[in-house]
Order: sequence, then structure tokens, then C-alpha cells
Amino acid sequence: MKNYKIILLVGILFCTSFFMSSNAFSQNDPLIEKVAQKLALVNDYVAEGVMKTDVSFIKASLGKVKVYFKKPNLLKVKKEGGISLLPRGGVSLTINTLLNTKQYTTIAAGTQLLNGKNLNVIKLIPTDDNLDWVISTLWIDPIDALVYKTATTTKENGSYEITMQYGDYAKYGLASKIIFSFNTKDYKLPNGITLEFGDDDPTAKQKALKNKKGTIEITYKNYTINKGVPNSIF
Amino acid sequence: MWSLINVELYKIFRRPRTYIAFGAVAALIVVIQLGLKIDGNSYAAFLMKDINDTLTVDGKVLNGYLICYILLQLLLVHVPLLVALIAADMISGEANLGTLRLLFSTPYSRTSWMMAKFIAASVYTILLLIWLAFLALFVSMWVFGTDDLFLMKSNYVVLIQQQDVLWRYVGAFVFASFSLLTVTSLGFLMSSMAGNSIGPIVGTMSAIVFFTILSTLNIPLFTIIKPYLFTTHMNNWKEFFDIQVNANNEAIKGSILNIPKIKTSLSVLTLHIVLFVSASIMIIKKKDILS
Amino acid sequence: MSVIKVEHISKHFGNLKAVDDLSFEVQAGQVFGFLGQNGSGKSTTIRMLLSLIHPSSGRIEIFGQSIEKNREAILEQVGAIIERPDLYPYLSAKEHLQLFAKVRKQQISTNAIDETLVKVGLAHRSKDKVQTFSLGMKQRLGIAIALVHNPSLIILDEPTNGLDPQGIADIRQLIKQLAQEEGKTVFVSSHLLSEIEQVAHQILIIHQGKKMVEGVTRELLDPEKRIVQIKTMDDAGALQVIVAGSFSNYLLPRKEGIFLKIPTYEIPLLTESLIKAEVSLLGIETKNSLEDYFLQITSNA
Repeated sequence: MKNYKIILLVGILFCTSFFMSSNAFSQNDPLIEKVAQKLALVNDYVAEGVMKTDVSFIKASLGKVKVYFKKPNLLKVKKEGGISLLPRGGVSLTINTLLNTKQYTTIAAGTQLLNGKNLNVIKLIPTDDNLDWVISTLWIDPIDALVYKTATTTKENGSYEITMQYGDYAKYGLASKIIFSFNTKDYKLPNGITLEFGDDDPTAKQKALKNKKGTIEITYKNYTINKGVPNSIF
Repeated sequence: MWSLINVELYKIFRRPRTYIAFGAVAALIVVIQLGLKIDGNSYAAFLMKDINDTLTVDGKVLNGYLICYILLQLLLVHVPLLVALIAADMISGEANLGTLRLLFSTPYSRTSWMMAKFIAASVYTILLLIWLAFLALFVSMWVFGTDDLFLMKSNYVVLIQQQDVLWRYVGAFVFASFSLLTVTSLGFLMSSMAGNSIGPIVGTMSAIVFFTILSTLNIPLFTIIKPYLFTTHMNNWKEFFDIQVNANNEAIKGSILNIPKIKTSLSVLTLHIVLFVSASIMIIKKKDILS
Repeated sequence: MSVIKVEHISKHFGNLKAVDDLSFEVQAGQVFGFLGQNGSGKSTTIRMLLSLIHPSSGRIEIFGQSIEKNREAILEQVGAIIERPDLYPYLSAKEHLQLFAKVRKQQISTNAIDETLVKVGLAHRSKDKVQTFSLGMKQRLGIAIALVHNPSLIILDEPTNGLDPQGIADIRQLIKQLAQEEGKTVFVSSHLLSEIEQVAHQILIIHQGKKMVEGVTRELLDPEKRIVQIKTMDDAGALQVIVAGSFSNYLLPRKEGIFLKIPTYEIPLLTESLIKAEVSLLGIETKNSLEDYFLQITSNA
């Protein structure tokens, strides 16, 4: 009786994993495949852009950045001669890095109207346990096969939303503007460490209370596509 | 008057004691720089614990600009004590030595001598500050390189672009000179009231330590008197490193968050300097020189 | 012409009367001996002359000008050492002179500095730091500082303190030279009459802030005059006799006891008058010199 149960359990697990893995290769949503094909055109790119950090407890000015990408999922945002603040683990989860792994299964979740566009909502569930994301929802325009929004939940770094706008490089599926939204945790350092004993900036305090969501916005000026990017950059 | 200042400067810089402060500043700075060079990253990681929960900070956080900021935070509490060592000795030291009567029987008024002494003590103070700036800023820039200044304040983080930093340090050092000159004038006042140097030196140091503690304690009773304490204002050089943001929460390059605060502090400090120096001149003018 | 004119100056420190209604004049070109034991008010007086101490009352004129009003113009022409020769231990003798030469409104040449060092006998140690100096050498340097700007009035407070006999003789010689050859007025204080009587034209003895004796040294030290102390059971009666017998000119100021400086030939006359008036005499003691008198008033005051 006991042995039977174990055999049954192993059998179920085996079947499930077989079903799931076969699903990954054969039953993906055709729209995702279309998007993936478009993205497959890009082996690598270097993009110049301007980054804006909008986090309640951060005062930073606009900064020039360079974004490097290489297939399948290498991505690096470098600020030109400066310090950059990026959502933890979030930036690497762009469409390219999500889809290029091909290790996911898709679930169609209807359509939704977003910014005047009727978008298909498709959920992605990774099939590889080693990937650091748990689930990702994509809002895709079925007409031009462009992803306008993603919402990804990661294992360790919380949830992120990425909103995209497209321009000249739409044919490659590359956005002209990307906005990362993420939840921020409280920031507080004891006075004893910062040695600040004066009055705190009251406006900063108010902002910290009302806005717990941070965004990082990158506006791309131009892409250099498929000209090769050395691995040493990442 | 120029010859009196000359004489006073000559005396200050011929005394071995003068160089103790320069040596002490150098030793302190080098020790901290060495510590941060060896173990700075863990210090930075400790500071950025909260930030790292949300964001990845990419770049050379621990660069010369931040090192200088850390050094100033630490040292501008201690340098006043070194300033007191000379300033509080300017008059009482000579009274104790017995040379004050030689000076005051020359054909110059006591007011002239006092002004010359204060100016000489101020020159010493400023030179000490320049020495500090050289070691803390330029040596740090050389050793640690430069990058954006990533400042972690109590409630928020300020990221100042590299090109926007140096002028803020110039401002901060000018401000710090007012802070230190307030200490100089306090030491000077104490010095005018005593016949030996130990009392005024210890007195000045104690006053600074005492008022600094009052300034830093967040107890309601002290909060009322805080705005009137010079020690509260002495720390406001940091205001040069806080930046304004626009409606989109973008930092405005070249801006200072609270200019009125800097102006108020400078006025309060200047007022203290004028009061302390005038009081010391009044005291010395009326005093019988018995030493 | 009087270089120093002091009129009724007093100085109180709380209840202590350091100087009490002191008046005197010092003539140009004179060496004026200012005598008194330690704590008698000499240094307080000197400090008032230099405007280091503000008098409680009275008036001081130097070169015919009030020290309170024309302090700077006066001090340009005054060189002084006050009490101990306190100097900067980390500077050399020459550096001291250079430093004090700078705080004079007139230009002082390097030559003048070197000459002054020679004058006080410090030329061979001019580059040594003062911390290696003996008290006597510091005293010489103090005098050099007082002389370096060639002042016309020199105030020396106990200039021979700490000097060996040769040093004392040197300073004495220097004072004479300053007055006789260079025509300077020298105001010199001491607690030893022996040091002053050889150089001073005029002597003033101060005790407990009050003037005791003032006069021309030659006359005060006149061997023809004796100092006599009259010891009686009835001082008031004795004083009446002295006044009545025209001896009052010889009276020396004294808080206790009666002292007179009187020509030797008049002593029998005085004694006779006292006996006649039936003043109960305990004795008449004759002192030999001003020194004895000075010691007397300063030893048991």
C-alpha cells in the first residue's frame, strides 16, 4: 500500500514535468513567439540614453547612461562617469532577457485596454527553477507585436513593472523609453552614523510618506545594433 | 598694525606647539584614509544596507569626495579643540610668560595688539583649515579618485554629480572657516580673562564639547535653546551638500536646498565672532596688567 | 624740565592700598633712584608710569603730556624693563630685539640692534635661544630691549636682579653712561640702597605705598647729617617740642617712632630741649646713614 502511494506520487511528478517541459517547446502563445522572433533579430546592442531616478528618498539628477545588451540575457546599465542607482535585479529583466531564455510556459489571460491600446495579456511562468523570476505578465499589442508593459515578480527582489514606449527601433522590438517601477523599502540611517543633528529636510519626510513607489526612467537616444559587445562589459 | 600682525604671526609659527595641531590633523586624516582604503567597502556596505534592499548602487561610491565628506564630519568636531590650543593661549599665555607687559608698554594701543593677535590667531586657524582641506580633499581625490558624491543622510540619499561637487567644498570650507573663527574668538575671549593658558584652553574645549552635546541632543528642552547655540550653526557646512529637486524629483544641478539656513548660520557665527572679540578687547582695555 | 611728573597717585586693589598718594618729579638727564623693599609699591608705580595699570586716582605726566591721553606718543620715547626679565624662550636674543624693533614706529637698523647687544654684553650669545640663558643674561637682554629704540626715558625695574657682582657693576656703569654721555633720563628702582646711591642723583624711598623720603642723594647721604630715632613714653609731647624748637624740618615721615635727619651739631640741642620739656625719654639712638634708616623702616614696618 505504502509502495503504491510512492509509485503514484513519482508517477504524477514525472507526468507533470513531462507535460510542462513539452509545453515549453510546443504550446507557447503564437504572439509571444512573434515577439520573440522580432527580438531574435538583435544579437547585441549598445544604447545611449538619459536616466532619471525618481525614488522618494533619493535626490539625483538626470544622468547619461549606456545600456549594453548581449544575447541571451546579458544586460548592463552604465552611467557615464558616475554612480548609478538601479532597481535591484530589476533592470536585467527586460523583454529580451525574459524571452530569450525560452524557458517558460505561457498562459493567455485575455485582453486589456492600456493607454488607448487593446493589448493581449499573457502570463509567463518559468520552467527553469534557476531563473530568478517567478511570474511575469506581459501586455502585448497583437498588431505590431510590441510589449508595452511587463509586471514581473522575482524570487528575491520583489516585484517590478516595466512600461515601454516605442519609436525608431520598434522593428527590433527595442523601446525608446523604459520606465521601471518598483516598491521601495524604508530608508533610515541613525543620526549617530550620519552625524547629522540639524533639522531634517521636512519636504523629504513628507515625500517619503506619500510615495512608496520608485521609478527609474531611461530614455534612449540611439541604439547601435549587432555591432558586437565584448563580454568583459557585463 | 601690519607690523604687529607680523610679530604675532612670527611668534605663533616659531612655537613648537603650533605644529602639534598640523601634525595631529595630518595623523588623524591619514589614519582614517588608511582605514577606509583597507576596509572602506565594508563601511560603505554598512551605510548602504537599507539602500541595497531596493537598489543596486553601481559606481565608485567610496571616492575622494565621499572620503572628504566623512573626514570633515569627523574632524570638524575635533579641529576646534586644536584651534583652542592656540587661540586660548594668545593672551593668557603671554600673561603667564610675563611678556604681555612688554607688548603693552610699546607705543601701540591695547586694541591694536588685540586685533593683531586675533588676526594672527585667525590666520593660524585658516591655515589649519587649508591644511585640512588639502589633506582631506585633494589627497583623498588623489588616493581614492573622484566620482559622483553619493551622500547618505538620515532620511534620504543625495547623489551629486561629479562636476557639481568641488564648488560645494569651496563653500563648505569657507563656511567652516567661520565656524572655526568662532572657536578662535571664544578661545580668545577666555584667554583675555585668565592669567595662564590651561584655564582658557580647557574652558574653550569644555564649552565646545558642552554646547555640541546640547546641539546634538534631541530633547525638547534643548530644542528651544538650540538655535541660539553657535555649535548648532557650526555644523551647517553640510547644507552645501543638499540639493534642490524639481517637481519631477530631479535634482537641480548647482542648487543648494536651504540657502537661508546657510545665511542665518553665517550671520549667527559672525555675530558671535564680533561679540567675543569685542568683549575680549573691552576686558583687556580695562584690565590692570599685573603679570 | 621734568620728564616725569606724578601727582597724588593712588592705586587700590580691593582693600589693599598698593600706592598711597604718591607724588614726585624726575628731571631730564637725571638718574632717579626709586627705593623700596619688595612689595612696597615700586612695581605698581612703574606699571602706572607705563599705563599698564590704571591709577585709582591722581595724575601722571611724562614729557609734559598725560599718559592716559597721549600714551602712544609717550611710550615711543620710553624704554622699560618691568620686574623679572620674562621673554620668549623659543626666540634668540637677536630675534627678541628684531621683534621689538618692529613694534616701534621709527625704523631701527640692524646695526642699532647689534650695537645694543654689544652694549649689554650679549653679542657673543646673540643667536642662542633665551631658554638657555641664565637669569643675569635675561636681565641684560631685557635692558637691551628697553634700549634698542634709543628712548629718551629709560625705566629700569630692579635691573641688577640676578646679576653677579661684575654684572651689577656693568649695569651701574651703563646707567651712568646713559645719563652722562647720552643725556638720557633713567628711572631705576631697587630694594638695595647700595646699588642706587652710587648712580642716582635723586632718591625716593617708598614704603607700603607711601613716600618716606625724597631728596638729592648727596644731601641724603651727607655725613654731616645724622639720622636720630627718639624713643619716648610720650611721642606726642616729644613732637610738640620738636615743632616748637624748629626741628620739624628734620623730621622723617614714619608711622611709628620719631625719626629725624639732623646735623650732628644740633643733636645736643634737641636732647636738651626734650629734657627741659620733661618728655619722658627712653633714649636717643643715632643712625649712621640712610642705609640704616632704610633698613630700619623696611625691616619692622
